[in-house]
Amino acid sequence: MADNKTVVIKIKRQDNPNQASRWEEFSVPYRPNMNVISALMDIAADPVTRDGKKTTPITYDSNCLEEVCGSCAMLINGRARMACSALVDQLEQPIRLEPFSKFPVVRDLATDRSVIFENLKAVKAWVPIDGTYDLGSGPRMTAEEQEAAYPLSRCISCCCCMEACPQFNEDTGFVGAATISQVRLFNTHPTGAALKRERLAALMGDGGIQECGYAQNCVEVCPKDIPLTRSISEVGGDVMKQAVGDLFRR
Amino acid sequence: MASNPKIIVIGGGLAGLSAVIKIAEMGGQVDLFSIVPVKRSHSVCAQGGINAAKNLKGEGDSTWKHFDDTIYGGDFLANQPPVKAMCDAAPGIIDLLDRMGVPFNRTPEGLLDFRRFGGTLYNRTAFAGATTGQQLLYALDEQVRRYEAEGKVKKYEHWEFLSAVLDGNRVCRGICAMDLRSMEVRTFPADAIIVCTGGIGAIFGKSTNSVVCTGSAQSALYQQGCYYANGEFIQVHPTSIPGEDKLRLMSESARGEGGRVWVPKTPGDKRDPKSIPQSERWYFLEEWYPKYGNLVPRDVATRAIFKVVYEHNLGIDGKPMVYLDLTHIDRRILDRKLEGILEIYEKFVGDDPREVPMKIFPGMHYTMGGMWVDFNQATNIPGIYSAGESEYQYHGANRLGANSLVSCIFGGFIAGPAAVQYARDAASAPGNGHFDAERKRQEENNATLMKSDGKENPFKLWRELGELMTKNCTVIRYNKALQETDVKLCELLERFRHINLSDRSQWANTTVVFARQLYNMLQLSRVIAQGAAMRDESRGSHYKPDFPDRDDKNWLKTTKAYFAPDADEPKFEFEPVDISLIPPRPRKY
Repeated sequence: MADNKTVVIKIKRQDNPNQASRWEEFSVPYRPNMNVISALMDIAADPVTRDGKKTTPITYDSNCLEEVCGSCAMLINGRARMACSALVDQLEQPIRLEPFSKFPVVRDLATDRSVIFENLKAVKAWVPIDGTYDLGSGPRMTAEEQEAAYPLSRCISCCCCMEACPQFNEDTGFVGAATISQVRLFNTHPTGAALKRERLAALMGDGGIQECGYAQNCVEVCPKDIPLTRSISEVGGDVMKQAVGDLFRR
Repeated sequence: MASNPKIIVIGGGLAGLSAVIKIAEMGGQVDLFSIVPVKRSHSVCAQGGINAAKNLKGEGDSTWKHFDDTIYGGDFLANQPPVKAMCDAAPGIIDLLDRMGVPFNRTPEGLLDFRRFGGTLYNRTAFAGATTGQQLLYALDEQVRRYEAEGKVKKYEHWEFLSAVLDGNRVCRGICAMDLRSMEVRTFPADAIIVCTGGIGAIFGKSTNSVVCTGSAQSALYQQGCYYANGEFIQVHPTSIPGEDKLRLMSESARGEGGRVWVPKTPGDKRDPKSIPQSERWYFLEEWYPKYGNLVPRDVATRAIFKVVYEHNLGIDGKPMVYLDLTHIDRRILDRKLEGILEIYEKFVGDDPREVPMKIFPGMHYTMGGMWVDFNQATNIPGIYSAGESEYQYHGANRLGANSLVSCIFGGFIAGPAAVQYARDAASAPGNGHFDAERKRQEENNATLMKSDGKENPFKLWRELGELMTKNCTVIRYNKALQETDVKLCELLERFRHINLSDRSQWANTTVVFARQLYNMLQLSRVIAQGAAMRDESRGSHYKPDFPDRDDKNWLKTTKAYFAPDADEPKFEFEPVDISLIPPRPRKY
C-alpha cells in the first residue's frame, strides 16, 4: 500500500438548525484499520477542505467509540449506521457523511434524537420496583428466559431503525421499532409485566404500533441485530388482543 | 433548612444515577447534568461483570474474602473501613439490580451465575453476557426515567459542568455550567452537589475510556480548592485492542472464561498462530504465576506483557502485541458468555476470535486516584461530594476487575443520602452575589479563548499531551523522565496561551469546549506526573525500576494534591492510610 494513500470524504454541513446545508470535501491520510471517527478527528486537527479552504472542525455526537453508547449514528454512504464501527476499508469512496434526515439537525452531523427517550417514558420502559432497600433477590428466571431478554436489552437507542423506517415521519408520528421492542422486553419481565396494560395502551391509536408497514428496514440496519420485527409482531398481537378485550368490556 | 433539598448531580453514569435514585427516594429534588444523554455514559463500556461474594458455587467465599482480595489487590493503599462496607453491601446491590431487571446470566436452576475474575480464586463476578456495564446502566437509567416522569428529577443533557459556585465562606452553593448547543453559560443553585464525572482517559490521548472522560470537572474543582488524591495511580489494562481513534477494551472476562495469553517462543515467528504447536508457545503468565495464572491482577499482567515484549523481544511479529487465545473453548459457551466482546473484536479488527487468537496489548484504562473524599463521599469543600471513578476511595494502588461497577453504585448510594443529610442540616446561603461573579468568570474564559489568535491547534496540543503522558506516566516510571514530563507540561500550558480556535461560532462549538477541557487536562496532568515523581517506591500500578519494592515505612500514605493559585501549580500533603482491619503483608501472586 502506498504511503501517501488518502481517504476522500464528503460531508453535508449545516451551521445551525436554521441555516441551509452545504457540502464540503476533505482528504485525510489513510491508515490501515481506520474508521470514520478517526477521519473526523484528523479533520479537527487540520480543518482544511480538499481544495485548501480553511473551515471549522465537524460537529458530531460521539462517546464510547465501540458501538455500545449509541451516540455517533449518521448516514454513511446513505445508510443509517454508527460512525465508530464504519471501517474505511469497507466503504466506497468518496465516503458520504450526512446527518440523519428524520431528526432535527443541531449542527453538521449532530442531530437531536431525544424523541427516543420521550418515547421510552411514554411506554413506561422500566421495572416498577418497590424501592432500593434490601428486599432480597429478584424473581427466579430460567437461562432460556434470560437468553430471550438479553438481546432486547442491548438496544443502544441509536435510532437507526427509526431513520430507516418509511413509516417514521411527521405524518404518522410512528413511535418506531426500538420503543416497541422495549415494550416487549418489559412486558415479559415477571415484575415488569405489572405495567403491561398501560404499555400496550400507549401503543394503540395514531402513531402506535398499527403504523408499522412491515418494510423490515429496521431489522436490516440495527447495529445490534435485535429481532425488531419479531418484537413488533409479538407486541402487535398483544395490542390487538387487549383492544378486542377492551371492546367487550365496555 | 429545606426538608426537600435540591441536589445537583453531575454525571449520569452508574455512580451519578445511583445517587439520583437515593435522593429521589428520600424526597429530594435532583437536577442531573450530563455532557451526553445519560444512557450514553461511559459506564456502558464496562464488560465483564460486577463482584459480590454471594458464594453461590459452594466455594466458601465470603464478603471478608472479597474485602481481603480488594485490599491486597490494591497493595494496601486504600483506607480499609469504606472498602469493607462496600464488600459487605455488594450482595445486596446484586439483588437490587436483579430486581430492577438486569438480565444477569443464569445457572441451569435459574439462579445468578458467577465467573472468575482477576486477583481472586473465587467465582465472584455476576455478569450479563459481556456487556454488564451497559445492562447495569440501563437498569438505573430506567429507574431514573421513572422519577423523571414523576417530576422528581430534571435532566440537563448536553450541558457541561464548568465550576462550582462557592460563597464567601468557601461553601458550595451551586454550579456554573454551559449549554453545549447554545453555548449559554448559566449558574444553578443547589443545597449540595455530587460530582460523578468518571475517568480521565483523555489525558493519555488514546485509552479505553469514552470521549467525555477528560477529568475536566475534577480538575476544575481541584483548581477551586478540592484535594485530589493518589493521582499517580493509573491502571493500564493488560488486554486492549490498539486502534486509530482509541484503544478498545478486551475484557478480563475473556481470561475468566479460560482465555490464555501467550507468545511464540521464537522471536519474529511468522507462522499462523493456529499452526504453532503447544511446545513452541510460551504461556508466560501461567509459568510465572502458577496459582493465579492468566488471572493475576491487572498491574501484574501488564508488567509481564511489557517484559515479554520489550525485554525478551517476543512481541508477535516483533510488534508490541501478544496473543489472547479463546480458540480452545466451545463456541456455544463463548457466544453465551462473551458475545459482546467477541463482536467488538470482530467488528473492529475483522477476525473471528472463536477461530483466531486475538492480538492485544496493554492500554490506559482507569484512574485509581481522584477527588479526595471522606467516608461519606464528602470532599474538603462543604457541599461538594463525589462518587465513582472521579474519587479515589476504594481501589488503593490497583483496582481489581469487576470492582469498579460495585464501587460506583455503592459510592452513589452513600453520596446521595449524605448530601441530602448535609443539605437538611446546612444553613442557608448568605447571599447570591457569588453566582453572577462565577458566571462572569466563566464567560470571560470563553471570550479569551475565542479571541486568542496564536498558532497552536488544541487538537494537536492534545496529541502531544497524550503521547507524553503515555510514554512517561503509565507502566514503567523513571524519576528523570517524570521530571522532564512536568517541564514539558509547563511548556504545553504556555503554548495553550497561544491557542487559535479554528471555530469561533456561538452554536454547538465543540472546539471551544474541547479547548477548555484541554486546559483542565494539562493542569491535572501535573498532579499525576509530580505525584509519581515523588513516590519513590513501587506499589500496585505505580512501578519504578529504580525503587522496585513497596516501602511501607515511608510511603504507606495517601497522596493529597492541592492547587496553589499564586504559584499556578500543585502542592502536596500526605495522609496516613487506615489499616485498622487487615495488617499489611507482602503482595505476592
